[in-house]
Amino acid sequence: MTKILEFEKPIVELYEKIEQLKALSKSGNIELEKEIQRIEKRAKKLKMDIYSNLSPHQIVQIARHPNRPDSSSLFRLICEKFIPLHGDRQFRDDPSIVGGIGTIKGQRVILIGHQKGHDTKENIYRNFGMPHPEGYRKALRLMEMAQKFSIPIVTFIDTPGAYPGLGAEERGQAEAIARNLREMSSMTVPIISFVIGEGGSGGALAIGVSNKLYMLEYSVYSVISPEGCASILFRDAKKADEASKSLKITSVDVMGLGIADGVIPEPMGGSHNDWKNLSKDMKKQIVSDLKNYKLIKPEAIRQERYKKFREMGEFQV
Amino acid sequence: MSIIDWFAKKQKAPSKAERLNIPGDLWIKCPSCSEVLFTKDLEVNYKVCNHCNFHFRLSPEERLLYLFDKNSFVESDSNLKPIDFLKFKDTQQYSSRIKNAQQKSKKHEAVTIGQASINNKMVNLAIMDFFFLGGSMGSVVGEKITKIIEAAVENQHPLIIFTMSGGARMQEGLLSLMQMAKTSSALALLSEKKVPYITVLCDPTTGGTSASFAMLGDIQIAEPGALISFAGPRVIEQTIRQKLPDGFQKSEFLLEHGMVDMVTSRPDLKEILFDLVTLLDPREEVKK
Repeated sequence: MTKILEFEKPIVELYEKIEQLKALSKSGNIELEKEIQRIEKRAKKLKMDIYSNLSPHQIVQIARHPNRPDSSSLFRLICEKFIPLHGDRQFRDDPSIVGGIGTIKGQRVILIGHQKGHDTKENIYRNFGMPHPEGYRKALRLMEMAQKFSIPIVTFIDTPGAYPGLGAEERGQAEAIARNLREMSSMTVPIISFVIGEGGSGGALAIGVSNKLYMLEYSVYSVISPEGCASILFRDAKKADEASKSLKITSVDVMGLGIADGVIPEPMGGSHNDWKNLSKDMKKQIVSDLKNYKLIKPEAIRQERYKKFREMGEFQV
Repeated sequence: MSIIDWFAKKQKAPSKAERLNIPGDLWIKCPSCSEVLFTKDLEVNYKVCNHCNFHFRLSPEERLLYLFDKNSFVESDSNLKPIDFLKFKDTQQYSSRIKNAQQKSKKHEAVTIGQASINNKMVNLAIMDFFFLGGSMGSVVGEKITKIIEAAVENQHPLIIFTMSGGARMQEGLLSLMQMAKTSSALALLSEKKVPYITVLCDPTTGGTSASFAMLGDIQIAEPGALISFAGPRVIEQTIRQKLPDGFQKSEFLLEHGMVDMVTSRPDLKEILFDLVTLLDPREEVKK
């Protein structure tokens, strides 16, 4: 069952009405063809109107949709072969971060991603996609292996943020994130990242220091959750709507800031009903980038990444 | 007079300072132990309470005065200024927040960088300032931290950063988050050049600052009692719906959990810093 978002309700109601009319027309042998066509046209227009004028706050809801494609599923859809790998070799295997090795169009890749669940039970197991330090250390372990064997890295970002909890602090959440930022910057294999849902702050960036960053059309990337920003700066947690506008977090905004390199289009209203087509477009992008990076020397790949982040910032001299 | 009236009268009684008509800045109450301290004594004692060892927060100027050779500091890149490129408005315009902070601090931003000497040993230096918009890291803070790291890569003198920051500056959106990657990337270059990097974690060091350059020191020193964390205590309490144990996320807690090398009181800091930079610096071996 796909969850219906608040702003989608008028569309769903119209389609339900159409179904009812169709059933009525069949059973009662009444001529309703014209009426049905008229409503179908209206529904199509309404859908267009709603989805092409989504507010940032509504996009956040799509980005968090429980049926949105998750990292593990996308790995399997994109790769011909995929072998999951586990554990940070220090403390435990964090279910909020998944990873493994596979092939994409014959090319070897190490894939890493945040992992959310699709229902409450799975989400509790995945800690709602909020990693502990051991999750970031697992990611780093896999990236270091990729570097060792000259395998390109692909990461999928989808987290509300790194987990703010007792154990996470005790085991050095800040240190784990910081180390990943530094180590990713010095990798000489290409790193390609996609924000597939929520890009939540430092917890997202910790697997996102990449050569190329792509945003799925209905994904968001933010320095703080709109809710967090609303309660701290706007002094009112209910102003998340306003905060999500001010923070400039949509795929178009992030492109505008020069942080994302491209936007992967999604079906109107989001990918939650169509994972396959999305995975095809993502695969196309990965294949094309990997082909380009094959022609670039390892040290130049590292320098390109360094330069990209070095130039980020807006100020007055 | 009932006992309640008696208490009310007692509470309203003028304070000691008011009674004697002493100017307000001669005395200061320690926020930790409530002892009334003579300001002059406090300043002589590195702004550390001599009753309970509470470390008052310092401005960059005070740190320079206490820890580095007199008049040795040469500031760089003080001309970089923040801009409100997102036209961010919460309860206040970001541009007016900047203006207020600049007027109050007489500085352009929340970090001061440059070179100074410590017992005649040259070091590169960055000192953050919590009094300027909570020491938050926006584009300018990230740029200046990166510039001083690059200077250290170039001149090979050790780098010391005093961190004192609530984290990323929300009003600069995602670009402030990217400063974490920018500063950490520069530190990778410094590490390859084998230039020593020491962080002094001051109260508070949290969020995006702790999750980037603050936690990447070869040696990490914490000032006593400082709050050092990724997530703030309030956020954690709201998430786990439990009261946090005493001392959680304080310097001593971090030492116990292996996150810092030492907790050092301010009066001892200068000698420790001098010893560490000379002991670590490979160029000192060559000199001998």
